[in-house]
Amino acid sequence: MSATDTQDPNRRDFLYVATGMAAVVGAGAVAWPFIDQMRPDASTLALASVEVDVSSLTPGMSLIVKWRGKPVVVRNRTEQEMKDGEAVNLADLKDPIARNANLPADAPATDANRTTPGKEAWMVMVQVCTHLGCIPLGQEGDFGGWFCPCHGSVYDTAGRIRKGPAPENMAVPVFKFISDTKILIG
Amino acid sequence: MSEGHSTYTPKTGIERWFDARMPLPRMVYDSFIAYPVPRNLNYAWTFGGILAIMLVAQILTGIVLAMHYTADTNLAFGSVEKIMRDVNSGWLLRYLHSNGASFFFVAVYIHIFRGLYYGSYKAPRELLWILGCIIYLLMMATGFMGYVLPWGQMSFWGATVITGFFSAIPLVGDWIQQLLLGGFAVDNPTLNRFFALHYLLPFMIAGVVVLHVWALHVVGQSNPTGIEVKSKTDTVAFTPYATIKDAFGMIVFLFVFAYFVFYLPNFLGHPDNYTVANPLKTPAHIVPEWYFLPFYAILRAITFNIGPINSKLGGVLCMFGAIVMLFLVPWLDTSKVRSAVYRPWYKLFFWLFVADAILLGWLGSQPAEGSFVFMAQMATLFYFAFFLVVLPVLGLIETPRRLPNSITEAVLEKNKGAGGGHPAGANAAPETKG
Repeated sequence: MSATDTQDPNRRDFLYVATGMAAVVGAGAVAWPFIDQMRPDASTLALASVEVDVSSLTPGMSLIVKWRGKPVVVRNRTEQEMKDGEAVNLADLKDPIARNANLPADAPATDANRTTPGKEAWMVMVQVCTHLGCIPLGQEGDFGGWFCPCHGSVYDTAGRIRKGPAPENMAVPVFKFISDTKILIG
Repeated sequence: MSEGHSTYTPKTGIERWFDARMPLPRMVYDSFIAYPVPRNLNYAWTFGGILAIMLVAQILTGIVLAMHYTADTNLAFGSVEKIMRDVNSGWLLRYLHSNGASFFFVAVYIHIFRGLYYGSYKAPRELLWILGCIIYLLMMATGFMGYVLPWGQMSFWGATVITGFFSAIPLVGDWIQQLLLGGFAVDNPTLNRFFALHYLLPFMIAGVVVLHVWALHVVGQSNPTGIEVKSKTDTVAFTPYATIKDAFGMIVFLFVFAYFVFYLPNFLGHPDNYTVANPLKTPAHIVPEWYFLPFYAILRAITFNIGPINSKLGGVLCMFGAIVMLFLVPWLDTSKVRSAVYRPWYKLFFWLFVADAILLGWLGSQPAEGSFVFMAQMATLFYFAFFLVVLPVLGLIETPRRLPNSITEAVLEKNKGAGGGHPAGANAAPETKG
């Protein structure tokens, strides 16, 4: 380095930095489309909502519908299942948040908060394990709810994580009863 | 080797013409004919060559399979069945490719365990070791994506679970997962990009293999004694000595490989993968390919939150951490002695580690219930303790056996049959190690 480099930044220094910055921005601008193309495309993003006829479900029956590529379970719970769900002490829950898209983000995971008012018997839930995305099996496991065969996560009758590696309760999607026998998901 | 050591003398006019313009024959001669190798290499050292032919075999069978395969969720499963039934020799090519992946991993695990046993990663071979670890990572990515292509149940759910790892990353996890999947779940965009990448990665592996071999030829091979080559009598020429030994190792290895291809072609696969993928139904028991099982067991072992880290992120961190350990080995091992032959305590812990890895593999294949969970937690604890406690501490407290002065001395001592300073086990069926 010559002695002149010790002086204040001069025009040449400015040009070096400006050229370098332009190259960085240019490289970024070229790289972005290559990353961007990997994101979900327009057809995937097109949000679909599904209408489900649940008139055939008597207590103790469930059905599964596909929504955004994922299975959503609709379960008409039995009296016993509802009692079991209500009897749970919130302090025993691994995840104390309701994870119900119809409620505020910090709603506690009570049995009622996992369902919708007036229709507490009905569980509507994305039946995807919050661990690594497997489909748990219904009415299995120590808590009479769901059991994920992949890594052993156990959910209770309200789909709340009780045991195993999954970190969160299974998600309740945006849904509403549009009549006594019809549910709109999404 | 560098040109300073070259003993190549072009004999014909054509060779001289090439040598003056592009000395490729000289490079081949110096690297694969005159190249000096330690005279005491055992059969554990033949797995580098075996891995090279496995890579070539996988690329060749893979390219021809790609000519018959269709990467579309509606057609993929059927196109693989078409390869099996309709394409001439298709069954053979597919079985060679699917079992070839397994045997590629058999060879790489023996190669890695050989490096661990003989301390091959120690200075000046750290970079050589790390390049090997990068190849191993690329192999895992390639193997995983290849398993997705037949679009069976295990393909689909394996892909769901493995891409699910990324959703454990705080804040950006979901974004990254969607970036990998091209959607909210494994679907057609996922299959298409996995096919493209499955075709690309083997060539990246080939590129890193070139660097791996380059680094090897700069520092030279290690050997069972772990003592550096000191004089010409410590070495023999690559050809014919190493060439023939490697060739024999390859033939034996390919013999076992062929046995699987022809007699047990589905032994290492999973029957559920002959069921077409169904996004609404998870198989009763998801397992990855056998070569991922130890890491899978580690992933599932973390069922508890660790402070602010939830069990999911904890499991993913431990699983990736298990591979990161390999990268750090050159600096975790504090012993100045390379080979386990002269390290009685390290030798013991090495075999315990091998047993632990096999135990983890077995646990990974079992359901994550009951006592299996606790066993996996203990085995995971030992896995990390081996790297983070045993390797650093043993180097400080262990008293190694007396090292021979040179490779030649070690070899002569052994051949004399004098029991003296020769440790038992140094030549005990090394080809089965790992």
